[in-house]
Amino acid sequence: MTARAVEASAPVGRETGTSFWSRAWQNHAPGYLFLLPWFIGFFGLTIGPILTSFYLSFTDFDLLTSPDWVGADNYIRMFTNDRNFAASMRVTLVFVVFSVPMKLAFALCIAMLLNRGMRGLPVYRALFYLPSLLGASVAIAILWRTIFARDGLVNDFLSIFGIAGPSWISNPRTSLWTLIILSVWQFGSPMIIFLAGLRQIPADMYEAASLDGASKWRQFWKITLPLLTPVVFFNAIIQTIEAFKSFTPAFIISSGQGGPINSTLFYTLYLYNEAFAFFRMGYASALAWFLLLLIACFTAFSFLTSRFWVHYDD
Amino acid sequence: MTTDVRRLTLVENRSQNSHAWKRVRSITVHTLLIGASILMLYPLLWMLAASVRPQNEIFTSPSIIPSEISFDAFVRGWNGVRISFSVFFANSFVIAILAVTGNLITCSLAAYAFARLEFAGRKFWFAMMLMTLMLPYQVVLIPQYILFRQLGWVDTILPLVAPKFLAVDAFFIFLMVQFFRGIPRELDEAAQMDGCSPWRIYWKIMMPLSLPVMTTAAIFTFIWTWDDFFAPLIYLNNMKQYTVMLGLRTFLDSTGESDYGGLFAMSVLSLVPIFVFFLAFQRLLIEGIATTGMKR
Repeated sequence: MTARAVEASAPVGRETGTSFWSRAWQNHAPGYLFLLPWFIGFFGLTIGPILTSFYLSFTDFDLLTSPDWVGADNYIRMFTNDRNFAASMRVTLVFVVFSVPMKLAFALCIAMLLNRGMRGLPVYRALFYLPSLLGASVAIAILWRTIFARDGLVNDFLSIFGIAGPSWISNPRTSLWTLIILSVWQFGSPMIIFLAGLRQIPADMYEAASLDGASKWRQFWKITLPLLTPVVFFNAIIQTIEAFKSFTPAFIISSGQGGPINSTLFYTLYLYNEAFAFFRMGYASALAWFLLLLIACFTAFSFLTSRFWVHYDD
Repeated sequence: MTTDVRRLTLVENRSQNSHAWKRVRSITVHTLLIGASILMLYPLLWMLAASVRPQNEIFTSPSIIPSEISFDAFVRGWNGVRISFSVFFANSFVIAILAVTGNLITCSLAAYAFARLEFAGRKFWFAMMLMTLMLPYQVVLIPQYILFRQLGWVDTILPLVAPKFLAVDAFFIFLMVQFFRGIPRELDEAAQMDGCSPWRIYWKIMMPLSLPVMTTAAIFTFIWTWDDFFAPLIYLNNMKQYTVMLGLRTFLDSTGESDYGGLFAMSVLSLVPIFVFFLAFQRLLIEGIATTGMKR
């Protein structure tokens, strides 16, 4: 029986209540039909590739000849015999550990300042949001590369105060910081989420607290922050995952090399080079799987510890 | 009487004081915020200035006021690399518009199923969909590349747009599910009573009511596709197919160091579509982020 025929017979089935199959079809088929494109994508472009890359991570594969099984060699090499892997891990962790908290702190500070039903709120909110919207672009990475160059905007400013700044981009001690600043600069979207969260906190809580003589500072620590922890938690997870996946700025600023001296060799950049510059697809798959595990562990850990610090009121 | 008056003046004084105190605080906060906005937007304004000022002026002062304005850099930049930027812009627009079309159709179909239809395993598949939100792209990258290569799709735009017709951007499914859940159920229940098929309910009831969320999804898809650098970098090797982002990178690598004016002019132009959407729809964009917590 074709699908069309089943569909046509379905109403009859309902009226007589005889055919179990036609009723089942009528109840469940529409859902699966609406999901059909998603199912194809989910299995063909997500689940299939995840499993394939898991398999490839145990092989040596150059894209031209068929994959050679090498067991856990790729993983062993990552941890015992690959300085670039260690460097990229360090760079990425430093980036995540510094950029995410700074970005969230900025976002929260500005959101607190904006959350007083103040005049011009929509204008400020839009202005602060603009960098988030533009920031991922190649154009902004190019801009960053030039303003932190030796004769760039930053040093032009510093020279007003008689400071001759270095080339921030080509100095391995500062290059990663230019990328951290670029990330913090885009604090607009977590700020908007904080603003939405702040609006949920009932005003009478503050009124009651100030009647009891609680200072603004105390109110922040005792009311605002605890009630905002679900939003902090959400923002922290999203921003951390995004930071782990960051690619374009490091690629543009270091011309795809992750230099100077691997100081901006983001994990994703290293993976890209292994896969598409050296065609070590097996090794790159192992790198990708390790990234997946890292993100999964981080997320699981966050959720497990969240009940100790995230405030959910029911 | 006298005590009353005294008390009254005291109260008045205090309220005047607190009034003045409030003013001072408001001025301080505004000064702080204006200062912060200028600091944040300064690099963008500087880039805009650099694209219209004389080349030799770009790196001499931190000022953003050009001594004279000329649009030469835009003309130079437009033909700054072997192939003109009109080709890159056309490619980027085609890719972005196809991506928007794909996302709107397939994500809304999936979202409607998750939000409104009853079927076995709905919760399970919904959870699976949410899991893919967290997934790093890198873990599917290499097998996808191998697949598209076997299909002969490398060096075409198909790897960039075909996945959008398979609802791979789980983010937008989630966004639409949230919106659909807010539409009163009575509407589609009444239609169902009248014998409307799920397809008709989706098309005649849900879609017309979903203009805001569809617009938000369309704009974000456009901007993210427009901005995307990684996928074009991997799949497009022929310069005739380059997107604006790849064109900019080529410009930077080839002549960028000698023609900063042209490079900045093209960088500014590459941001124009995003900026236009920002001006026209910033309220929608901000609402979209606030309700779902979008990443950027």
